[in-house]
Amino acid sequence: MIPVLLILIPVITGLIAFFLPGEKAPKIWTLLSAIVTLGVAVAGVYSHRAAELNFDESWIPMLGARFSLSMDGMAKMLCLLTAASFPLVFGATYRNDYPKPGNFYGLMLLLQAGLMGVFLASDCLLFYFFWELALIPAYFLCSAWGGERRIAVTFKFFVYTFLGSLLMLVAILYIYFRTPDQSFALESFYNVQLTAKEQGWLFWAFFIAFAIKMPVFPFHTWQPDTYEQAPTAVTAILSGVMVKMGLYAVIRWLLPVFPEAVAHFDHCVIWLAVAGIIYASLIAIRQDDIKRLIAYSSIAHIGLMAAAIFASHKAGGEIGLQGVMIQMFNHGVNVIGLWIVVDAIEQQLGSRKFSELGGLAQRAPGLAILFVIMAFANIALPLTNAFVGEFMMFNGLFRFSFAAAAVAGISIILAAVYTLGMVQKVFYGNTVPRTENAVDSDLSVKLMLAILAVVIIGLGVYPQPMIQLTNDAVEAVITKFHSI
Amino acid sequence: MNAIILSAIWGVVMMFSSVLVKNKGAFRHIAALGLLVLLAANICDSYGPSFFPINTHDMLRFDSFGLFFNSIAIASTLIFVLLSGKDIEKAGSYVAEYFVLIFFVLCGVCILSSFNTLLMLFLGIEILSIPLYILTGSDKRNLKSNEAALKYFLMGSFSTGIMLMGIALVYGGTGSFQLEVIRSVFGSYKGVSFLEVTGLLFLLVAMCFKVSAAPFHFWTPDVYDGAPAVFTSFMATIVKAAGFIAFLKLFDARVADTSTAVNWKMLFCIIIISTLLIGNITAVFQQSVKRMLAYSSIAQAGFMLFALFSLNDFAREGLLLYAAAYSLATIGIFAILLKMKDYTFEGFNGLAKKQPLLAAANTVFLLSLAGIPLTAGFFAKYYMLASVVKTGGYTWMVVVGVLFAAVSAYYYFRVIQAMYFKDGEGRTEEVSGSFKIGVALLAGLIILFGIQPQALLNWFYF
Repeated sequence: MIPVLLILIPVITGLIAFFLPGEKAPKIWTLLSAIVTLGVAVAGVYSHRAAELNFDESWIPMLGARFSLSMDGMAKMLCLLTAASFPLVFGATYRNDYPKPGNFYGLMLLLQAGLMGVFLASDCLLFYFFWELALIPAYFLCSAWGGERRIAVTFKFFVYTFLGSLLMLVAILYIYFRTPDQSFALESFYNVQLTAKEQGWLFWAFFIAFAIKMPVFPFHTWQPDTYEQAPTAVTAILSGVMVKMGLYAVIRWLLPVFPEAVAHFDHCVIWLAVAGIIYASLIAIRQDDIKRLIAYSSIAHIGLMAAAIFASHKAGGEIGLQGVMIQMFNHGVNVIGLWIVVDAIEQQLGSRKFSELGGLAQRAPGLAILFVIMAFANIALPLTNAFVGEFMMFNGLFRFSFAAAAVAGISIILAAVYTLGMVQKVFYGNTVPRTENAVDSDLSVKLMLAILAVVIIGLGVYPQPMIQLTNDAVEAVITKFHSI
Repeated sequence: MNAIILSAIWGVVMMFSSVLVKNKGAFRHIAALGLLVLLAANICDSYGPSFFPINTHDMLRFDSFGLFFNSIAIASTLIFVLLSGKDIEKAGSYVAEYFVLIFFVLCGVCILSSFNTLLMLFLGIEILSIPLYILTGSDKRNLKSNEAALKYFLMGSFSTGIMLMGIALVYGGTGSFQLEVIRSVFGSYKGVSFLEVTGLLFLLVAMCFKVSAAPFHFWTPDVYDGAPAVFTSFMATIVKAAGFIAFLKLFDARVADTSTAVNWKMLFCIIIISTLLIGNITAVFQQSVKRMLAYSSIAQAGFMLFALFSLNDFAREGLLLYAAAYSLATIGIFAILLKMKDYTFEGFNGLAKKQPLLAAANTVFLLSLAGIPLTAGFFAKYYMLASVVKTGGYTWMVVVGVLFAAVSAYYYFRVIQAMYFKDGEGRTEEVSGSFKIGVALLAGLIILFGIQPQALLNWFYF
């Protein structure tokens, strides 16, 4: 029943939010809803009873599609991330005023429901259904509440992802007809017999859909623009949670269904990802906008995760996959922290440009300390959560190809360059006219950042619980590979 | 049989009512009542009792497929009348007669869904077409409307001629008008004669004209644009869907699968891809939403043609689902379009601020036409694609279809962008509360079928 609640609570409360009048009511309502969802997600993480973690009902019997949801370790981890990020973002942006707040918060909750559905679905048609469903609220959120160029930019984002999804739909249909029992169930998809040639093109149809969502070079062009133009609360969800949809889908649906194709195309994908890592890192150095810098930094981080996933099927590579698992959570935490700071700066000073900022640490010391912790996590400094994940991912990648690991490794240095450059330009040096009268952030912002900082350091020192949580999923995927 | 006879009778009843009743608004109610009766009678027919046990000498054959389609068509017409009935009153001065003509068109629709000989096909097409020529020209003071009617009539007559020629040749070749006989001739391994193949090709051309498949689509944008918008809504939905049902019945059971004279699959491939190409690409460049919908109807026809390409159970179920999903969404959009003062994309600017409910409902209709999940349109497109994948070997065509579906998102989303994200007046005419409720219910229905398509499909297997 827990998986159903995780979807139903945001859907129902989200629909109600549309009709709530005034400024405050929708805010409080959605914050409460998000906290309840978080509570349910935590209960799910600690639950071990199959009856509570699985749900299976007939949906469209004529097609063999079932409304089946299940919550294994990976789903638990991602649902926890989704459930945790919404109250954090709502809390940190509590003072922001959006025109038509009811619609804004309603769409946010629908987005949450879509994301939960993607992580929980164990029927491929249902998965596709939620995959698209998450896109629609995101489209409206970015288009209605974004920056100046929002309409064209969001439309590009929509068309890109929609096209990718449609290609995936064709592949889903093809596999569906090849399953012996004509079903969309995860198990049926895992057991379907496909020739190498079929796997080849089906792999690309799925991969392009996922690669656009992640995004992996060269399918990333929508991402910096969309992150820049979307309202920051939405950007936080897009980069903190939504990009995980792509990574998650690769692990859940791509690797186990097309093992031969993965083994065949792994070099190609890994080098694309590595090229993306270096390319995005270099571009990040040259940015003048904090949002764009974090967007490019995100492409680099996601690229490393993609590379580690595809390297994981080689002997010893499972450590890389394990690294990806915990890094999905860690990256979400870190990047949401960064966005919260960006939002705080933008709301107070009305600018995100390095050229217009400086010396903020003198006026907002609390924010500066917390931001530096987030920045260190972004560079994956030891003692922060990201270090553990990146170490494991590089370890996995190294066992696959020394060259790929070496080239990708350059990104560690580049990440330090652009992240510390950002910290320096925004917080240190002398104040400029814009930051002269700045004050420290609200308590709500600092509280949310402090929670994130605790998580960052906590998981940096003791990552074992997270590793244990996702261990079953890693083993299942690796076993599938080794069985072919 | 119920639907055919009753629609004709109710048409005549309405014709007399135009003499007796002077209140223009009353006709709408009489028509809605008639449609309710028709729907009830058709559902009765589906479950067994036919009120008119007439021996049709196997010229008509009533099966669940045809009867279910009749229900869809009648229900759609009922929704059309309820939502846009008032606008029919504005189209011209002969209000009752317009409703009469709509009933006669429905009579043609019901014949097309159950014909079993080529003669009945011809009769059905003509009964359906002739009232449409008149409806197209109903705004007789408008030059565009006159031109559209003339164009439609002339082109329609040509296609009728071609169809008759096709029927004659097929008859010459097979010696029968019966579909079974024709099928068995085409299905046999003896090979088919020149007459039969040419006849069938002529029929193909005529049917392509009726459903506005490329390259016989040229009349569509001009006629749809010229006709009063309220009748365009009717023509583009119920009438077009009926054309497809007839097309499917004619080419069902792969009439010419064993024939080597013509590569039918490839022929359909070419027709489908060119229809999708022309419909979608031209729709992108339109400035008027009405013209965009005309071209998008060509594009949607391309998708429906997938059913004719694959001709399996998915295709049949899917075509019914498509007919329902597409008709409901398009009727909804046209109903809203009729309330707009300006039919261009700019005319929709800022509609969400002025009329949030209309904009929200319109968004659902547009999402359905684009085939986004949570709407009936998704499953409609899904079935069409699935039918082709099931055929095997033509997955590339599905990919092409999918690429064009992505293109279609462009022009459908332009309307959404205009309504929600652009500043403007969004000027509409007076919108009544009941109209808003009607549109909202229609949007709800589309979402219901989008979440639970089984609710609709269950009916198919009554």
